[in-house]
Amino acid sequence: MKHTISVLVENHSGVLSRISGLFSRRGFNIESLAVGPTHDPAVSRVTIIADGNDYTVEQIEKQLNKLIEVIKVKTFAQGECMARELLLVKIAAGADKRQDIMTICEITNAKVIDLTLTTMTLEVCDKYEHLKRFEELIAPYGIIEMVRTGTIAIQKGAEVIAAKK
Amino acid sequence: MKMTAAQAMAQCLNAEGIKVVFGYPGAAICPFYDALLDTDIRHILVRHEANGGHEASGYARISGKPAVCIATSGPGAVNLITAIATAYADSVPLICITGQVNRDQIGSDAFQEADITGSAEPFVKHSYLVSEPQDIPRIFKEAFYIAGTGRPGPVLIDVPMDVQREMIDFKYPTAVDIRGYKPTVKGNPWQVKRVYKALAEAKKPLICLGGGVFAGGAVREVRQLARTMQIPVITTMMGISAFPSDDPLFYGMIGMHGVMSANRAVQDCDTLFLIGARVGDRAVRTPLALEKTTKIIHIDIDPAEIGKNINVDYPLVGDSKLVLRQLLEMAEPCRHDDWLGQLSALRTEKTFADVPEGTVNPKLFIDRLSKAMPDGSVICADVGQNQIWTCTDYCFSDGDRLVTSGGMGTMGYSLPAAIGAKLADPKRTVCAICGDGSIQMSMMELATAVQHSVDIKLVIMTNTRLGMVRELQTKGYNDRQTAVFLDGSPDFIKLADAYGIPAVRVTDEASMEEAITRLSNDKGLLVAEVIVDKDFATL
Repeated sequence: MKHTISVLVENHSGVLSRISGLFSRRGFNIESLAVGPTHDPAVSRVTIIADGNDYTVEQIEKQLNKLIEVIKVKTFAQGECMARELLLVKIAAGADKRQDIMTICEITNAKVIDLTLTTMTLEVCDKYEHLKRFEELIAPYGIIEMVRTGTIAIQKGAEVIAAKK
Repeated sequence: MKMTAAQAMAQCLNAEGIKVVFGYPGAAICPFYDALLDTDIRHILVRHEANGGHEASGYARISGKPAVCIATSGPGAVNLITAIATAYADSVPLICITGQVNRDQIGSDAFQEADITGSAEPFVKHSYLVSEPQDIPRIFKEAFYIAGTGRPGPVLIDVPMDVQREMIDFKYPTAVDIRGYKPTVKGNPWQVKRVYKALAEAKKPLICLGGGVFAGGAVREVRQLARTMQIPVITTMMGISAFPSDDPLFYGMIGMHGVMSANRAVQDCDTLFLIGARVGDRAVRTPLALEKTTKIIHIDIDPAEIGKNINVDYPLVGDSKLVLRQLLEMAEPCRHDDWLGQLSALRTEKTFADVPEGTVNPKLFIDRLSKAMPDGSVICADVGQNQIWTCTDYCFSDGDRLVTSGGMGTMGYSLPAAIGAKLADPKRTVCAICGDGSIQMSMMELATAVQHSVDIKLVIMTNTRLGMVRELQTKGYNDRQTAVFLDGSPDFIKLADAYGIPAVRVTDEASMEEAITRLSNDKGLLVAEVIVDKDFATL
């Protein structure tokens, strides 16, 4: 089962390597990991998608909490958060295919961000499942390059994950 | 006050009350060594950085406070890793200070450059690579706090040479504030009540002590609780000597090398109360079977240990001493006569097998040694058969202490740990017990002991084999013995003589008596080599 774990960490160099090292040496399976700054310059936020049962998730949380630079760990319950990831894809598509691809983009909320005589580059930001469907739709046209970020997630409603001062 | 960062580092150690440090210099740590000269801190020159770390480890375990070891950059720092990992596995508070190449050289593969914070990462509680000289006082304050509080462990501070040389404004902080590190020390009162109720209602309760009893300084509280509630006690290897071996409530060490009475007690109890014991694979081989039949109570200061190796019915996060005091406040006297009667029937009288001419029974030697050693002795057991013999046959009286590498099983630990232990408390008699294999991993430290007049006793059990591996090959590999023969070893009596250390060889009853008398009474360094039959079994 997949779990979305949000981790607030001190914005120090080396923190990410401590976290990724922890996952590899404890044998935890990491599906994706995304890190970036928050509105507090001293704090970064890491979003981890990890695979495992309840025991594993409890261990991941506890081991993360042991890292001195980890301020807060929260595993989202199913449906508790909104998650997004970004996908950029380059397709081998000349003029003959453009219209079809534009139609797909329109329906899937993707954008054309670059165009050449022989290629189209598309951008789409959505939930993991939507990106997967988008990829299936676009694949027949010939993907020549694809890149995607890890998932980032935020809690639904008014609640927040905040660092204690 | 203006001073160099190196001087500030020395002042930080002063402020933390550090009297002794263990280290080995090199170019990248020279500014700090120079600054140390102007303090009253005693520097013990070790003969290998790993041993320096073990010496600090022995010192920390006896003093109960973080101890300091120092190495230079590159090979010096990398040599420390075994000691760091050993300390981490046994939750020993160390402050490891390493020199590093200049900041502008980092990442350039400079001479004696090694990424020590990166390579030691899996084995440290925390680490720092100091990039701002002005951060030195805060980092040292935090490092001592992190190493010594919560679940203790090693903290590494890597200081580039040019950082050490810069001038800073020194003021030692009075407090630390790390928002990601707030260890829970007091037990949740509601949960403490539940634990007490489970314990009081148990028909066959059993207390299992681990290393956390020493880390929390809870030795006295454990005894009080066990005696008040009449609960029998067993220990893991790390918990040995937390309860007197000759106490009627004591049933020995559990585990694959433990004693029958302890292992049976674990199987037969209805409630197992783990105190600072992490249920390692050597202590409990089948936790899944155990958790099905037994109620498990687990006190640990590290929340991550609770539920990691065994499912727990009553988890309780907190410092062993504080939680036990909370329990003692409500503890009423109980009786478990039937249960204790059942257990005492499992106790077997110690017997010592006859051994071939020219050798002595190592278990008999250890048993007799324990009866002769003064109260409050510190015994440092190495790793291998000698460790198991010491753990099962040394009778630890009230106040005695065992120091051994329980988690990592690091050979060569005992001699340096003994040196550190003796320096931490010179009044106590300190004796290292090792094999002829393990001594050869750290025997260069005899020079350290001689140079700094550290009065320790060293027992070498010579069976000309790596006995435990030999036994494993016999039992598990059709007796295909390989790479376990220690031919080429020196004559340990001559070796001691080369260092100017008196030595005795034990080959029979008479020489055993003489050696034990001298080990327990003589002043000054002494080596006793005990000749053991090559096939003498571990258990």
